[in-house]
Amino acid sequence: MQASDRFNINSQLEHLQAKYVGTGHADLNRFEWAVNIQRDSYASYIGHYPMLAYFALAENESIGRERYNFMQKMLLPCGLPPEREDD
Amino acid sequence: MYLYSLTLQRATGIVSAINGNFSGGKAQEIVVARGKVLDLLRPDENGKLQTVLSVEIFGAVRSLAQFRLTGAQKDYIAVGSDSGRIVILEYNKERNVFDKIHQETFGKSGCRRIVPGQYLAVDPKGRAVMIGACEKQKLVYVLNRDTVARLTISSPLEAHKSHTICYSVCGVDCGFDNPIFAAIELDYSEADQDSTGQAASEAQKNLTFYELDLGLNHVSRKWSEQVDNGANMLVTVPGGGDGPSGVLVCAENFVIYKNQGHPDVRAVIPRRADLPAERGVLIVSAATHKQKSMFFFLLQTEYGDIFKVTLDHENDKVKELKIKYFDTIPVTSSMCVLKSGFLFAASEFGNHALYQFQAIGEEEDVEASSATLMETEEGFQPVFFQPRGLKNLVRIDQVESLMPIMDMKVANLFDEETPQIFSLCGRGPRSSLRILRPGLAISEMAVSQLPGVPSAVWTVKKNVSDEFDAYIVVSFNNATLVLSIGETVEEVSDSGFLDTTPSLAVSLIGDDSLMQIHPNGIRHIREDGRINEWRTPGKRTIVKVGSNRLQVVIALSGGELIYFEVDMTGQLMEVEKNEMSGDVACLDIAPVPEGRQRSRFLAVGSYDNTIRVLSLDPDDCMQILSVQSVSAPPESLLFLEVQASIGGEDGADHPASLFLNAGLQTGVLSRTVVDMVTGQLSDSRSRFLGLRAPKLFSINVRGRRAMLCLSSRPWLGYIHQGHFLLTPLSYETLEYAASFSSDQCAEGVVAVAGDALRIFTIERLGETFNETAIPLRYTPRKFVLQPKRKLLVIIESDQGAYTAEEREAAKKECFEVAGMGENGSANAEQMENGDDDKDDPLSDEQYGYPKAESDKWVSCIRVLDPRSASTTCLLELQDNEAAFSVCTVNFHDKEHGTLLAVGTAKGLQFWPKRSLVAGFIHIYKFVDDGKSLELLHKTQVEGVPLALCQFQGRLLAGIGSVLRLYDLGKKRLLRKCENKLFPNTIVSIHTYRDRIYVGDIQESFHFCKYRRDENQLYIFADDSVPRWLTSSYHVDFDTVAGADKFGNIYFVRLPQDVSDEIEEDPTGGKIKWEQGKLNGAPNKVEEIVQFHIGDVVNSLQKASLIPGGGECIIYGTVMGSVGALLPFTSRDDVDFFSHLEMHLRQDHPPLCGRDHMAYRSAYFPVKDVIDGDLCEQFPTLPLDAQRKIADELDRTPGEILKKLEEVRNKII
Repeated sequence: MQASDRFNINSQLEHLQAKYVGTGHADLNRFEWAVNIQRDSYASYIGHYPMLAYFALAENESIGRERYNFMQKMLLPCGLPPEREDD
Repeated sequence: MYLYSLTLQRATGIVSAINGNFSGGKAQEIVVARGKVLDLLRPDENGKLQTVLSVEIFGAVRSLAQFRLTGAQKDYIAVGSDSGRIVILEYNKERNVFDKIHQETFGKSGCRRIVPGQYLAVDPKGRAVMIGACEKQKLVYVLNRDTVARLTISSPLEAHKSHTICYSVCGVDCGFDNPIFAAIELDYSEADQDSTGQAASEAQKNLTFYELDLGLNHVSRKWSEQVDNGANMLVTVPGGGDGPSGVLVCAENFVIYKNQGHPDVRAVIPRRADLPAERGVLIVSAATHKQKSMFFFLLQTEYGDIFKVTLDHENDKVKELKIKYFDTIPVTSSMCVLKSGFLFAASEFGNHALYQFQAIGEEEDVEASSATLMETEEGFQPVFFQPRGLKNLVRIDQVESLMPIMDMKVANLFDEETPQIFSLCGRGPRSSLRILRPGLAISEMAVSQLPGVPSAVWTVKKNVSDEFDAYIVVSFNNATLVLSIGETVEEVSDSGFLDTTPSLAVSLIGDDSLMQIHPNGIRHIREDGRINEWRTPGKRTIVKVGSNRLQVVIALSGGELIYFEVDMTGQLMEVEKNEMSGDVACLDIAPVPEGRQRSRFLAVGSYDNTIRVLSLDPDDCMQILSVQSVSAPPESLLFLEVQASIGGEDGADHPASLFLNAGLQTGVLSRTVVDMVTGQLSDSRSRFLGLRAPKLFSINVRGRRAMLCLSSRPWLGYIHQGHFLLTPLSYETLEYAASFSSDQCAEGVVAVAGDALRIFTIERLGETFNETAIPLRYTPRKFVLQPKRKLLVIIESDQGAYTAEEREAAKKECFEVAGMGENGSANAEQMENGDDDKDDPLSDEQYGYPKAESDKWVSCIRVLDPRSASTTCLLELQDNEAAFSVCTVNFHDKEHGTLLAVGTAKGLQFWPKRSLVAGFIHIYKFVDDGKSLELLHKTQVEGVPLALCQFQGRLLAGIGSVLRLYDLGKKRLLRKCENKLFPNTIVSIHTYRDRIYVGDIQESFHFCKYRRDENQLYIFADDSVPRWLTSSYHVDFDTVAGADKFGNIYFVRLPQDVSDEIEEDPTGGKIKWEQGKLNGAPNKVEEIVQFHIGDVVNSLQKASLIPGGGECIIYGTVMGSVGALLPFTSRDDVDFFSHLEMHLRQDHPPLCGRDHMAYRSAYFPVKDVIDGDLCEQFPTLPLDAQRKIADELDRTPGEILKKLEEVRNKII
């Protein structure tokens, strides 16, 4: 790899994508985008304790259970991914 | 508009708690994180938890861990927060602060998915700490010490793994081998790609061990193995000689012991017999107790049951894992087992508690074991148990927690001097209505009637070295009564005091003699019983007295002052006389400073509205040093030293300043700084205390002098964590008071009021409010006040619970099944007596309601008389209906007067999609003078009516996305008009004149108008920002205040020109409305105020908490904090405080590393709000830093403190 390559826009993007989960790219589809948003949201709910308590109140569950539920939902936050178009 | 934000009551809920020896030594201490506040708690010798230190950190604490370097005596605190930094704190005992030892930045700030801070784990030997995020990132820091034994921290070592969700981390105890951390991880990369769902169903959680190689300075994945897919938490098992090492994996329904190279040892968690089959049992908090010879774990389930887990092991081989039912306490967010035999339970909702261990669960009880685990075709065989009364724990203290505040209103229903705050708190069976009053709680120790109406009371010691007081002396109009303090308090006649005359002062004088001053002279009672009497010259009488232990000044009628001193032999000698210009109104001498012969200052108040400070030094005796003129004649004077800076646990090492306090006849307390050398008076501040002239008394609080001011209510001026606080006491009007110290009560107050003598102590110093709690049945949702009838109507509802009848039936059955023998029948009877029975062995408050299916609801409407704390009417809703909104409404036909409208939903479900069977609006008539309700009719609607409001003699209801206007009919409500154009769900409606302010659940406010002639509701303005409203308040015609789910408070205002245009326009802006773009309204409101509170605000109200004080917005939050936003009235104040805030941001960054400005702007940039909580940290700065900031502001530190005090006094 040449020194100049390191600074071109693609490699910079790749670097960002590798470093920060959820950085978008040109071919991002609707599903991937939504999944990222949902995971970010759940992580935010878990991180902000008052918000977690607010959800726990609404659902009448313990805060610990609510946190666990949100963690579990991070696996498939938007249901199954759509079938890939073969190209 | 500029606002000053001040937290009145800091958050009371607890996010996380850890215990250790943070101050060194033997004391067991607890550090708790309350969201944005870090507290250090310590149980005192009576087992009461005392808050030693409380610091606002302007960030969100997410995790805490304590660690200790090998051989050290003191624990450090590691904090994981939203700052993108790891912070190591040390408690500094001398200065009573947390010192930041290290702060290492590793990522962006905020609670993000891949930025560590969510999890913290420490190596049990204190050699390393791991900080992890929900996903991917984990960092390990090596902890060590340098040559001078200071803690050092390395640069971070990465243990990242992409596409991996992390559930929990913990340290593994492996003695002094390389530190190992364990984590529960789940890889989602394949599930994201596989559209068939096969990969997702096969997704497997793994337990991974990360080893930190101290030699190579590198972290590697050492071992990874599949673990139960319900795993959610890890607990370290002692190792390195103390135990088998490894971890306990807590999973849904199971606890599994795992270690590298060790087969799994699995045991099932016992289930409550009444638990629905589809519900799992999840461990939510854990505590470990470790002694030299044994260790055990206490694990608490989401239902509150605690299990004791023990491991039967031989060296490193675990043979059996036993889970035994221990006790049931309310669900906690953290538990701490203290070495002193206490269990601190930080409840997730409601009051926290401190328990003492009675036993450690050695007795026979329901037990599940790995040895008896049965696997059948349907899975593992469950073990059942019935919760029972506490056997191993006994509760010895409670710490009040308002968490969560569901709704709050400020009103003066009790006709007291200040309004009360009515707040709905708690959840399920632990819910309550709490009435908060500004002021300190007192606990009354004794009240006794006296034979007349006393005018004054004193306490005296017999000797200066005595610990306790010997006599209480009460003066009447024509007599003096002496009571001796012993086991009991009784009258004595051998004290030497003259009992046929009223007294003016009684005190200890010299080392061991007593002095009584009566109108005709001074009676000096020597220790051996000799009595010296000094008589007033001529017919003059003594009117006022000021004295300390060595000096006495009396004022005779006519205005003559005579000054006495105690000489070397203990004799009282006349030193000097001085003629004042007129009668003396009051006198005071400061106490003799330690190591000195006399106090230098005498303060004299005269009826000509002046206070003079006179010298008592021999060289310029009775010279006037300074004069202060005040607005009214002073009634009482008191010198009080105030240490306005921190140091030590309760006060200062810094030079104190001396304050001259004067209670004026107008009810104002004026406080003036006295120069310690020259006696010059400066920097005067005044505060209105009540309708009577304050009388000032010196009492002891935490071993320091404090001031008790008796006006129409009592006030206490004392020092708390470096601040001088002047707080009302929640007690009746008192006439006269003195400090009281005896065997039973070290720091009390004796006071007279009416014909009674009262002895009381002051509790929970430092609190702003004291509370009276009235228990409720279910989670309270909302309430309305009926100010005229002084009644409250509260709606309560709970999801997933059985109705009262079902619960009682189940309980009865359970007692029968359990066959509790002789007391079984008695218990059943107790239950019928209601839930207020404290002896109920299964009180719902302790055990929670049994869980039902999630589509079951219980709910009730309650009319409550807050004065008598009695429920005058309680309607349980039937058929799975739950109440969500309530309002009072006067329909224009006036046939029924005020009616109550309640919005309910039947069979509401949130998952998988929000659905319901039907919504209803109930209309109730108040009967029996408002004490009872009678259903008029109920009207079915298509959604949940979440908002109701009266509007022009009709009822406005927000039903889903529809705003509808109803009129009252005979059989049902009649639809009059509706607007379906709201984006999501209407959650709040306010009305003013012909405007309607509608709040949407996620799209902020919509301003609407109703046109009567065309019978149309239309939106003429809305907000451009999506806001997830949690509460709202109508401030004025064009302005509303709102709070969103993310913890912001904001105000929006309709621009003046738009507002005028709408009002002038004959179509009311309707033509324009038709031109709205992109489905929005034609006009937009402007955001004028924006502030991040950092806590979900559940209620907002405009109110004034003190008589004559400015109106401010009061808010209550989910974490149980109460705060206020006060509008500034002058531009100068705004400039001053914004500069002070700016300097504090620069010179005093928040403790846990979050940038203050970034925190307050977490979601939207902060606008026009000054953070009073930050400004109030000014007194905690070191003196030179204070001076530096003060110089920048062209003021003195004293002036800044005065400003801070002033603005606080405007609020509370």
